[in-house]
Amino acid sequence: MTAVYCGYCGKGLEEVDHAACTKRLRVIDPPRFCSACARRMVVQVTPSGWTATCSRHGEISSSA
Amino acid sequence: MTAAPEQVDVLGVAREQVLERGVGLSEEQVLAVLSLDDDRIPELLELAHQVRMRWCGPEVEVEGIVSLKTGGCPEDCHFCSQSGQFPSPVRSAWLDIPGLVRAARQTRDTGATEFCIVAAVRGPDKRLLSQVRDGIKAIREDGNDIQIACSLGMLTQEQVDELVEMGVHRYNHNLETARSHFPNVVTTHSWEERWDTLKMVREAGMEVCCGGIIGMGETLEQRAEFAVQLAALEPDEVPLNFLIPNPGTPYENYPVVEGTEALKTVGAFRLALPRTILRFAGGRELTFGDLGAKQGMLGGVNAIIVGNYLTNLGRPAQEDLDMLEELSMPIKELSKTL
Ligand code: SF4
Ligand SMILES: [Zn+2]
Ligand SMILES: [Zn+2]
Repeated sequence: MTAVYCGYCGKGLEEVDHAACTKRLRVIDPPRFCSACARRMVVQVTPSGWTATCSRHGEISSSA
Repeated sequence: MTAAPEQVDVLGVAREQVLERGVGLSEEQVLAVLSLDDDRIPELLELAHQVRMRWCGPEVEVEGIVSLKTGGCPEDCHFCSQSGQFPSPVRSAWLDIPGLVRAARQTRDTGATEFCIVAAVRGPDKRLLSQVRDGIKAIREDGNDIQIACSLGMLTQEQVDELVEMGVHRYNHNLETARSHFPNVVTTHSWEERWDTLKMVREAGMEVCCGGIIGMGETLEQRAEFAVQLAALEPDEVPLNFLIPNPGTPYENYPVVEGTEALKTVGAFRLALPRTILRFAGGRELTFGDLGAKQGMLGGVNAIIVGNYLTNLGRPAQEDLDMLEELSMPIKELSKTL
């Protein structure tokens, strides 16, 4: 699955600058938007990881 | 030429008042600490550390936290990505019981003694309370003896009694900010309503965990006000958060609290609350980067959340555990907290 959208802000990767988004994703945020379709995902954070589910593209997780 | 009027040095006063006698700083004194020049920070942190060692000891309380119900909250706390009133990307989610049991086990495996179950609600309804009850039962059936705390919003007396009966030993409910600033932050309920829940929790014999968030547009005066309002509550634990400006919330463009300012706040709160468990909670990663955890632990903090938070991620638990070992700070054991 090629990433087309930013997991943090949901905008197109080519559309705007995502430097701040990348920093947030690196330091304190799980992805909130599906990188394939930009749908908002259902995200569950637990003490040791996270899972994020897109209704169309399925689940990704911190361990994958 | 006139000599500058002689200033009373607040750290000198604090050394005698807080370190020697265990009496927390007054509002005026806290403000003086928050207003210190940056070059006094090392001295402040050293004193705060001595106060913590003298009145709390070297042990560090390690805790884990998990969100049982995420997002979709009807309240409008302006900092919160879980409010349903803002266009935040956080969607509603429920953790199932097996997931809760796993999270509790992972937390216990780090050596943590405290596991806090949190729900994004104004207050619990029957469904949530029965989920908590089933969750606690399942955690115990898993052979996990970790102490269980809850954070489920505002409570009625009946709900307080129910939590006590389930064996919940500590309840978290944050006042969030100074009373005078609260109406700017939350409009759907009042500071006083939160205070009422805290009083019921205390009277029912649960430990009180109550803190807040720094960096929500409050003045230094209001930070000092908040510190003494917390002290008046005599909480067992105070979680100190630094604002994480979350997308979609009214505070999304607020600046992250600067490291120097955050360190002064940590030191000042320890001097206002010499005997309380002072916990580093959310936001430390953004405010301090990797270095700050250590500076905080050497500046009055004596509790830490390991692993992730509710909707944000923390450092891997092992990094914090390694840091505690490097600092020769023992992790509080379960038997000693009972
Ligand atoms: S009550 Fe809690 S979950 Fe709800 S908006 Fe306020 S801080 Fe967020
Ligand atoms: Zn982005
Ligand atoms: Zn998708």
